[in-house]
Amino acid sequence: MPPLSIWFVRTALLYLALGFTFGALMLSNKGVPYAPELWRLRSLHIEILMIGWFIQFAMGVAFWIFPRWWQEPRRGDERGAYLAYGLLNIGIWLVALPPLLGWAEPIVTTGRMVEVAAAIAFATHIWPRSVGREG
Amino acid sequence: MPPLSRWFIKTALLYLVATFVTGVLAVLDPPLQAIPGSGRLAIIYYHLFMLGWVSQLIFGVANWMFPVRSREAPRGNEQVGWASYGLLNGGLALLLIGEMLRAASSGPAALWLIVLAYLALLLAGLAFVLNTWGRIKGH
Amino acid sequence: MPQLTRAFIKISFIYLLAALLLGLLLALRQLVSLPAFLTAAGPVYFHLFLVGWLTQLIFGTIYWLFPAANPPRPRAEKWLGWTALILLNAGLLLRVVAEPLATLRPGTFWGWLLVVSAVCQWLGGFAYVAVVWPRSRERTRKRRRRSQEAV
Repeated sequence: MPPLSIWFVRTALLYLALGFTFGALMLSNKGVPYAPELWRLRSLHIEILMIGWFIQFAMGVAFWIFPRWWQEPRRGDERGAYLAYGLLNIGIWLVALPPLLGWAEPIVTTGRMVEVAAAIAFATHIWPRSVGREG
Repeated sequence: MPPLSRWFIKTALLYLVATFVTGVLAVLDPPLQAIPGSGRLAIIYYHLFMLGWVSQLIFGVANWMFPVRSREAPRGNEQVGWASYGLLNGGLALLLIGEMLRAASSGPAALWLIVLAYLALLLAGLAFVLNTWGRIKGH
Repeated sequence: MPQLTRAFIKISFIYLLAALLLGLLLALRQLVSLPAFLTAAGPVYFHLFLVGWLTQLIFGTIYWLFPAANPPRPRAEKWLGWTALILLNAGLLLRVVAEPLATLRPGTFWGWLLVVSAVCQWLGGFAYVAVVWPRSRERTRKRRRRSQEAV
């Protein structure tokens, strides 16, 4: 597994642990209410698991296993994938924190735009690698 | 990578971008009210993510990487595989149209469209599961 | 494919169909009269899909494709992996039953079942992270070659 995939996968696993923790707190609180303010973790729970876990993990594994070229650099231009890693992780927190901390809505919009940029950066890297044996 | 997997994966990548763009619109539009049916953008965002991106990517990668079923039919029945692609994307398109119509009008047509969409999606899931089940095996 | 992978993936396939079937019922609920149980099943649909189908399929595939931990610890991995599978599914199934009922009848025994469900799923998730973390690494051969090149 290349270093960038290790970063993607391990970051995704951290988000998985964090997202499951928030989910467990909210679900138990739904069953037996003990701290109503836990419901405010909802946006964080959703963003962390959907983007931080699923999308980040898929990107890490795709970067690792998708077909490689015959010549060096075997994974082509990797800059798009590195950029996607950085942008995605900035975007997640820009989207997830404002509802929790009462920050202004434009920060969420900016976060979503940063996530769009991450998706485009990753798609630009991986699209040419979605090929058959014949190339 | 077989052609069916390439179709699944490239379509999934388009949906990934569409998911994030919808995420932006879902935040931007409520004060502007520029998009008709924008009341359902949040739910559309989840559909795009769960069905268009992640499930589609999994269908494609599983079709490519799971152990072959047999020498004669390594990836099961190709036609069933293509049927799952068509039903998944057809169902998803109906679902998205149904959700937008639902936000714009209160009639039952949109609801029936959503029911039809889920039927197509269920058939897509069935086709994928039946075609892939036999490939979940040891050496 | 290891046995644990096969179990995770086959179970995830069943959840995919269950989630889509529930999606269909939830859509039909707007048009025809269906049991009250279904009116509170919205969150169950999302979790059948995201935890039952997607997360479990990913878990199974990781266990199959990722390089073995170094030093190898097959017994601990197998034990933790099966524990994760059992806890995750026990937690999710409890949720499927208890969440709609706890919503319809708050303050009853069903609420406590939701707490048990939450704990099971949380422990299951952590057991799995404990399996996968040491396996997300470069293959030893490659790392050795790289360090030799550096020398």
